[in-house]
Amino acid sequence: MLELKGVSKRYKHVQALAPTDLSVAAAETTVLIGPSGCGKSTLLRLITGLIRSDTGNIVVEGIRLAPDNLTALRRRMGYVIQEGGLFPHLSVRRNVALMAHYLGWSTTRIEARLLELTELVRLPPTLLDRYPAELSGGQRQRVSLMRALMLDPHLLLLDEPLGALDPMIRYELQQELKAIFDKLGKTVVMVTHDIAEAAFFGHTLVLMREGRIVQQGSVRQLAQSPAEPFVERFITAQRGPMQQLNEALS
Amino acid sequence: MKVQKALFAVVLLVSFGPIVAGEAGEPVTIRVGSKTFTESVILGEMIKHLAASTGHRTYHRRELGGTRVLWNALLAGEIDVYPEYTGTLMQEILVHEGLRTEAALRRALAERGLRMTQSLGFNNTYAIGVKEELGERLGLRTVSDLKEHPDLVLGFGNEFMDRADGWPGLRRRYQLPHQNVRGLDHDLAYRGIESGTLHVTDLYATDAEIAYYKLRALEDDLNYFPVYNAVILYRAELEEHAPETVALLRRLAGRIDAPAMSALNARVKLGGEAEATVAADFLEKNLGIETELRMHTAWERFWRHTRDHLLLVVVSLSAAIIVSIPLGIAAARRPRFGHLILGVTGIIQTIPSLALFVFMIPLLGIGGPPAVVALFLYSLLPIVRNTHAGLNDIPAAICESAEVLGLPRGAQLRLIELPLSTRAILAGIKTSAVINVGTATLAALIGAGGYGQPILTGIRLDDIGLILQGAVPAAVLALLVQGLFELVERGLLPKGLRLGTKSNS
Repeated sequence: MLELKGVSKRYKHVQALAPTDLSVAAAETTVLIGPSGCGKSTLLRLITGLIRSDTGNIVVEGIRLAPDNLTALRRRMGYVIQEGGLFPHLSVRRNVALMAHYLGWSTTRIEARLLELTELVRLPPTLLDRYPAELSGGQRQRVSLMRALMLDPHLLLLDEPLGALDPMIRYELQQELKAIFDKLGKTVVMVTHDIAEAAFFGHTLVLMREGRIVQQGSVRQLAQSPAEPFVERFITAQRGPMQQLNEALS
Repeated sequence: MKVQKALFAVVLLVSFGPIVAGEAGEPVTIRVGSKTFTESVILGEMIKHLAASTGHRTYHRRELGGTRVLWNALLAGEIDVYPEYTGTLMQEILVHEGLRTEAALRRALAERGLRMTQSLGFNNTYAIGVKEELGERLGLRTVSDLKEHPDLVLGFGNEFMDRADGWPGLRRRYQLPHQNVRGLDHDLAYRGIESGTLHVTDLYATDAEIAYYKLRALEDDLNYFPVYNAVILYRAELEEHAPETVALLRRLAGRIDAPAMSALNARVKLGGEAEATVAADFLEKNLGIETELRMHTAWERFWRHTRDHLLLVVVSLSAAIIVSIPLGIAAARRPRFGHLILGVTGIIQTIPSLALFVFMIPLLGIGGPPAVVALFLYSLLPIVRNTHAGLNDIPAAICESAEVLGLPRGAQLRLIELPLSTRAILAGIKTSAVINVGTATLAALIGAGGYGQPILTGIRLDDIGLILQGAVPAAVLALLVQGLFELVERGLLPKGLRLGTKSNS
């Protein structure tokens, strides 16, 4: 589905991503995880073509990413970012349907698709005529997901999609998002720094550090047979607060 | 336009039929120029009346900004004739030719395809003046006497200040020690003298104000000032196209002596009469030439100024908008190119506006076109800068979202980036519009008309009412134009953005 071979990226003095190979299986959720600055967002942005790799190839559904096919390939990707990235001057309806309009879809087709998506992400259809400024953070992320799914892409890329939400809404959306992924059966690549979120979503976790992939596998594999001490430290560090909570409650 | 002109010509031919008498040939348009002081405007009106009386169409571009503007306009054929002074020609315009005699001057003019009449009859030389009572108190009789009083404040008309035959030469000849010397508008200098902020200024020998402000002209004891005989300067081809007019201009020679000119100046400056009336009266009494005076009412003048001003603003501002927005976009897209564009437009903005107007004259002549180009150049920077800033201020997340959606570059700009920059771009346009309307008042100095015309005349005649007739409509127009763009903003600004400011505020 998605293959990276020897992909690297360097910014002046920082090697943001060392030459990296990665294979993402179709219809599965792959989570890129690691501390800040580990290169996980760089990797995702390379796949979207927002930045160009210095070396290597990125192949999406058998087609090598290149400047001349980028626009076409992007229409097969859905992209959701932390703050939603909604266009503030357009209503929810226009935000979601922008690309479909541009491609000349008929109004009936657009409306039908919009209705389908509001049901999927559980957004009240009355909100379609609101503007982003009038929505809550959670609603904005739902709209952002609708926009990413509008053209029914095969590949869904999410960069910390729930990172800016408060814990209650975040928990609620995690559950819903997981259900949506399971229902749609899309190939999903998600970036997060939260190990619990990664364990919850990911069939495969890709743990990164300083521009390299440290270990790749299920959360169980990472916990039980860490490739290096860092993997253990990373998992334990995030487990700590949970343990403290459990001890306090018992 | 053509029809109107033809009709006008017919009317002229009918009303002046007997004078034209068939032999004059085709009527031509004779364009008269004058400088920004009353005497020049009166002489310009006389020339205009004389030309009109021979059946030609005439047009008087009054109050052009300074000797150079007129001289260049005459050389370029933008105007056909204007009143000038021999001293100015020999000591200033053609100073490098080292002309000593009037005959040499005539030859130098002929080489340039120009002719001049004999002296009109008066020598309007410079004089150095002080208030009568100050002169009495300090015992000032001659220019040399000034040396004893180095603390006096000197204020000279801008032309006198800068020209070779003005202050620099005077200071050298008389070894004047004064440090406090300012250049200002000649008419304002009189008011400075009256209020006591200035003590010494330059006068023209025929100025009406000498008597009015009770000034004492100091004797030029070292014979510094040259002779400034008034003459009429015209293009040689006028002798072929309009020989009867040239004959009439020549008849004017020797007819106006200094007291007569002084009296004419006083009627306008102190008596408040129109230059056209004063000029017509003089021609009727002295040459027996009757002029059909068509005085414009205040409203007619107001509409003409409004129309001229609007035309300047609308054309230059529209062009600036059409050019600046793409330039701003290009500047935002390519940072290096952006530096260049912002640098160049910024430099243009630092050129003093009058200088920019005058720079345009060799390229585009006088009148509307050079003024429009200068105003256009002035209007670029605010729009370019705001477009550039507006586009750069859009959060990266939004631009990237548009990009990853798969919108091509042009569509990203059209659907996302420009709508999000609406407010910034319109703010730039509003700034440009206000600057444009204000700067356009200076366009009158190069013959483009507009609200600057009554302001210039008002300054010249010390008539606050007249100044306000130009200044108030200009201010109102600036507000109207700004209001218009507020309305445009209301229509263009996407609803989602208006919500944004509400929740932010």
